[in-house]
Amino acid sequence: MSLIPSYNFAYLDEQTKRMIRRSILKAIAIPGYQVPFASREMPMPYGWGTGGVQVTAAIIGPSDVLKVIDQGADDTTNAVSIRAFFAKVANVATTTHTADATIIQTRHRIPERPLQAGQVLVYQVPIPEPLRFLEPRETETRKMHALEEYGLMHVKLYEDIAKHGQIATTYAYPVKVEGRYVMDPSPTPKFDNPKMHMSPALQLFGAGREMRIYAVPPFTEVVSLDFEDHPFEIQHFTQPCALCAATGVYLDEVILDDHGGHMFVCSDTDNCEERRAQGHRGHLSGEELEAAE
Amino acid sequence: MYVAVKGGEAAIANAHALLADRRRGDRQVPALGIEQIIQQLGLAVDRCMAEGSLYDRELAALAIIQSRGDLIEAIFLVRAYRTTLPRFGYSVPIDTANMLIERRVSATFKDLPGGQMLGPTFDYTHRLLDPVVAEGGDVAAPVRRPADPEQAPRVTDLLAHEGLIEPDTTHDDKPDIGDLTREPLQYPLDRDLRLQALARGDEGFLLALGYSTQRGYARTHPFVGEIRIGEVEVELDIAELGFAVSLGRVRVTECQMVNQFKGSAKVPPQFTRGYGLVFGQSERKAMSMSLCDRALRAREFGEDVVAPAQDEEFVISHLDNVQSTGFVEHLKLPHYVDFQAELDVVRRMRAEQETQKEAAE
Repeated sequence: MSLIPSYNFAYLDEQTKRMIRRSILKAIAIPGYQVPFASREMPMPYGWGTGGVQVTAAIIGPSDVLKVIDQGADDTTNAVSIRAFFAKVANVATTTHTADATIIQTRHRIPERPLQAGQVLVYQVPIPEPLRFLEPRETETRKMHALEEYGLMHVKLYEDIAKHGQIATTYAYPVKVEGRYVMDPSPTPKFDNPKMHMSPALQLFGAGREMRIYAVPPFTEVVSLDFEDHPFEIQHFTQPCALCAATGVYLDEVILDDHGGHMFVCSDTDNCEERRAQGHRGHLSGEELEAAE
Repeated sequence: MYVAVKGGEAAIANAHALLADRRRGDRQVPALGIEQIIQQLGLAVDRCMAEGSLYDRELAALAIIQSRGDLIEAIFLVRAYRTTLPRFGYSVPIDTANMLIERRVSATFKDLPGGQMLGPTFDYTHRLLDPVVAEGGDVAAPVRRPADPEQAPRVTDLLAHEGLIEPDTTHDDKPDIGDLTREPLQYPLDRDLRLQALARGDEGFLLALGYSTQRGYARTHPFVGEIRIGEVEVELDIAELGFAVSLGRVRVTECQMVNQFKGSAKVPPQFTRGYGLVFGQSERKAMSMSLCDRALRAREFGEDVVAPAQDEEFVISHLDNVQSTGFVEHLKLPHYVDFQAELDVVRRMRAEQETQKEAAE
């Protein structure tokens, strides 16, 4: 046995890629349905995006341009690590610009800039089963999906309203896909749910540890579950981004000191940078800070 | 002043450089070699091969050094390499009855054909820290006896002659063996897939579950029919040749647990089996595996499923330490987008409560 191992293009061997592509095709054919696949161990830990990485590895080609985000940002450690992985094992071009990417792998966010036809958004999914926290058994939840038995989920949302006066689910907010399967959108904030609806881009979801792939094909109906008298609502921020003054985008709260001082900045770093390049300025953007010092 | 909390390429590269430095430790101390690990930390290598499901002592030893002795990390390294290897075939079932035995004990019979053989065991050692080991003192050569021409049939085969134990399934009963590394697991599982999962499962997790069955959570009344450790031949059928050729030998630990069974309307009272088979020398793992295997057969015997060790989805979904460690440790990845959403809703709910309180006053 040689001690110097060698690896195929994009790490996975071709048989494995073919197996994953078959699962992806099935997932596209049945929007929102969780397709079991023989997930492989990857060189990064489970929970670090092995499902997304396997989906990306199966679909990426030498001419693709890859963007990887985590929490909306291109420069969070895990995004940097996954981008470097594909740059190394597939030698593909990478970018931080949403518009330039053909494949965008993401954890917990959908980019602010609307996606285009031809782009693929690959989600990293920790728990693909939206019913898992209501029913821990896979044998049961499979039946519930087969029978379209989603009453339990509506009861849960109703109990939220009865207890808290509102639906307390803020991320991984369940959606119904093309009027059939209830699907977990991965732990994206519910703010991003409307972006999934009728998106021109192909959306693929990979859950490595749980061995499931599912998909939302382009121009598919994705509806967040709600009630007539308690319609679905996204989060609203009371202030704009402190760096680029954007409104209607998702913001991260950054703690400035230990006296309760904080600021809100764009979660989508690429969008924020592009806006600042266009001359948009927030009340705490760099120049003003320098001037204040 | 706002400092970017986001990490970057430089931070990762520096962290890895520091890790490499800490792994090597004081440069005055000679670096560990792969051969040293294979020779002197053999049981760590065995565990790494068993749970990494790859029989390769050198790669396991390399993984142990690279992981600074963190065995779950080493197992992970081995698995991530194993998964990229193409599958060129499946071996003929190994025959443990023809094992070159180094250790063989039975707790159910005082003596039996082939005899009892203690072999290299910690059993009956006094656990006293040994200064001679600390000083690297010389170790005397072991005493060996000439190979025994007497066959050592499996204890369960001896019992089977009388029909006292359920018959073993054979490859012909179920020629279509599953492969959990190639097909996604779909519950409920058959025993072949369960045994595969148990064989690569975390030793500590299976130990705790096996122990729980002894303390009343799904009691199975087990006896160690036999434990044997030694080398077995691995053979592969070559289609072009029309017969099986030997690929070499692997060391395995096999445990046959014999369990009481009161019988049912259809089946007379007889003993049932719990089975454990592990790469290398690991009695603890093989025994725990057999306890869990028997407990997980509850459905098959019409027993009530009342305890965690009998619950297939619970046991099989959580026994893989590479999966477990990944998902537990992923909590340290940034979650600020989701946390922001939670902050927002908690603040809003608190504000509402405040308003209601004021209105009430």
